[in-house]
Amino acid sequence: MIEVNHLVKRYGNHKAVDDLSFKVEKGQIYGFLGPNGAGKSTTMNIMTGYIGATSGEVLINGHDILKEPEEAKKCIGYLPEIPPLYMDMTVSEYLEFVAELKKIPNKDRKGQIQRVAALTKLEDMMPRLIKNLSKGYKQRVGLAQAILGFPPIIILDEPTVGLDPKQIIEIRDLIKQLAKEHTIILSSHILQEVSAVCDHIMIISHGRLVASDTPENLEQMMHQDNTLEMEVKGTQAEIRDVVLSVRSDAVIDNVSSEAGVVRFTIRQSDVAQMREPLFYAFAERHCPILTMMMNNVSLEKIFLELTEADDQKQSDDTDYNGQLDDDSDSSPIGILSDDMQTYMISDEEDMQTVNKDEEQEASGDEGDL
Amino acid sequence: MKAIYKRELKSYFNSMIGYIFIAFFVAFMGFYFMAYNLYNGYPYFSYTLSATITIMLIAVPILTMKSFAEDRKTKTDQLLLTAPVSVTQIVLGKYLAMVTVFLIPMLISCICPLIIKANGQAYLLTDYSTILAFFLMGCIFIAIGMFISALTESQIIAAVGTFGILFVLCLWSDLITFLPSSSGGTVAGILIFITALALIIWGMTKNWFMAAIVEAVGCAVFLLLYIIDDSIFQNGLSAILSRIDIRNAFNNFASNNIFDITGLIFYLSMSFIFVFLTVQVLLKRRWS
Repeated sequence: MIEVNHLVKRYGNHKAVDDLSFKVEKGQIYGFLGPNGAGKSTTMNIMTGYIGATSGEVLINGHDILKEPEEAKKCIGYLPEIPPLYMDMTVSEYLEFVAELKKIPNKDRKGQIQRVAALTKLEDMMPRLIKNLSKGYKQRVGLAQAILGFPPIIILDEPTVGLDPKQIIEIRDLIKQLAKEHTIILSSHILQEVSAVCDHIMIISHGRLVASDTPENLEQMMHQDNTLEMEVKGTQAEIRDVVLSVRSDAVIDNVSSEAGVVRFTIRQSDVAQMREPLFYAFAERHCPILTMMMNNVSLEKIFLELTEADDQKQSDDTDYNGQLDDDSDSSPIGILSDDMQTYMISDEEDMQTVNKDEEQEASGDEGDL
Repeated sequence: MKAIYKRELKSYFNSMIGYIFIAFFVAFMGFYFMAYNLYNGYPYFSYTLSATITIMLIAVPILTMKSFAEDRKTKTDQLLLTAPVSVTQIVLGKYLAMVTVFLIPMLISCICPLIIKANGQAYLLTDYSTILAFFLMGCIFIAIGMFISALTESQIIAAVGTFGILFVLCLWSDLITFLPSSSGGTVAGILIFITALALIIWGMTKNWFMAAIVEAVGCAVFLLLYIIDDSIFQNGLSAILSRIDIRNAFNNFASNNIFDITGLIFYLSMSFIFVFLTVQVLLKRRWS
């Protein structure tokens, strides 16, 4: 469907895209994942023919975007980062304009516009001026514009930015629905976004493709031992004793103590099973557990490791809570992904709460907020 | 192209710009018409049109400033450039929309010769052919304005830049009289032109060798000609530059009662050149 070969884009000395090559197959949802400034938008702009590449080629259904631009552009619907809306038009005027621009035959126009408006839930907004719409609705008009004409390839640059949680779910469902007949490429810097909808993830960093695989394979590829981070009151020797008494081959890392509280990390593949025995063992020794938190190696971590290998080291070791807060700003849903569970026990809480938590987890009700 | 044309035309009348342009133009043309033709009884409407050129300097930048600059600012150019239409069609759609807006006051002005006729002697043939020449001259101005608008994303810069260039074009024949008429001065002017050309070549290709060759060959040829026979350069500079005086053809229509076909072709080709340059600017920008 789409073939990108050795794409390079330079801005002066800065390489925005650096020798990027990939292929996109029919009928799947592809996700470009990368931090801000990784070159996602630039790549999409080149693929859609908005800007030219310094070198390399882009083939859309076998049409070179530079040599046969009109043929290639016919196959693509594009929603750029900032929806390209004319503020002085009403939604229906705008969609009619786009339909004509995309050379949709006159007789199909009305029907297609209605279909697209229904898909993006814009029917009530049709007579409104675009400049009076909220950001979420503007985004939807942009999306409607991209879908219009039902091109085989739909490219969406951060499609859910600025939408409320309900709208995000709707848009995700819409994307999944469209994927039955269309190839979809979407970009995002939010991991949950991509892992929720995409069949295939391409992680881009500094203009290079650092990983390209299905979400499951990516997790397997980066598979490491799971870790359990703990804070326990007591001495280091005591704690070492207790842990080793639970599992003699446990690996204890990052030990540090402060005012009688020891922080440490246990690395073990079956660390999940160790939690209960650890709890009782520490309780027997009268060493209160202040924090117990398990981290699976999540896509999040893979993403961070791949994209920010150098400068992320220290924040990697800080807890995941910070990241959760960050994410809740941009993506209010799916904050706790299934593969990442957080268990926290604070001083004040009694053991019943803990047990309750454990029971809930046992009944498969995990990761709920 | 049709879609873009329709949208642009509509947007001129959705915003105030189209109305302001037409009202401004018609009002001032009306003042001159009243003063010259009605009040003082001068039978040529073409005389009024000559005066109206000054109004064009202000009205045309208002019309053209947003054509490409606004699209670039609001990123709507992404929609146009990723749609299955060629850049030429985009440019032509926008250009023709502006020409259509300009056509409205021109059609209104067509009434004026008839008003003169109703009050006595009128020279309809002269007046209407002058209106045609004036319209085509306006098309050049619009093409220039569009070209400037494509160079920037600030509408203000586009408007001021267009005004500046149109102002120079209107003063062209007066400015030329300040040029040196001696053959030495002409050669100096030509050498400056060649140097500028060489610098442009260097700037665009970063190829020192090419630029140096152009400079060396150009200078050598003209210096040699100058040494052999300096009389051919007598008054040369102003003769060359007055060729591209845009008001020349219009004056032939308005003042000399000549139906200047060469002038009309010159006008059409000037419009074409600036439309073409606009297309090139847009194509070029996708590369840088």
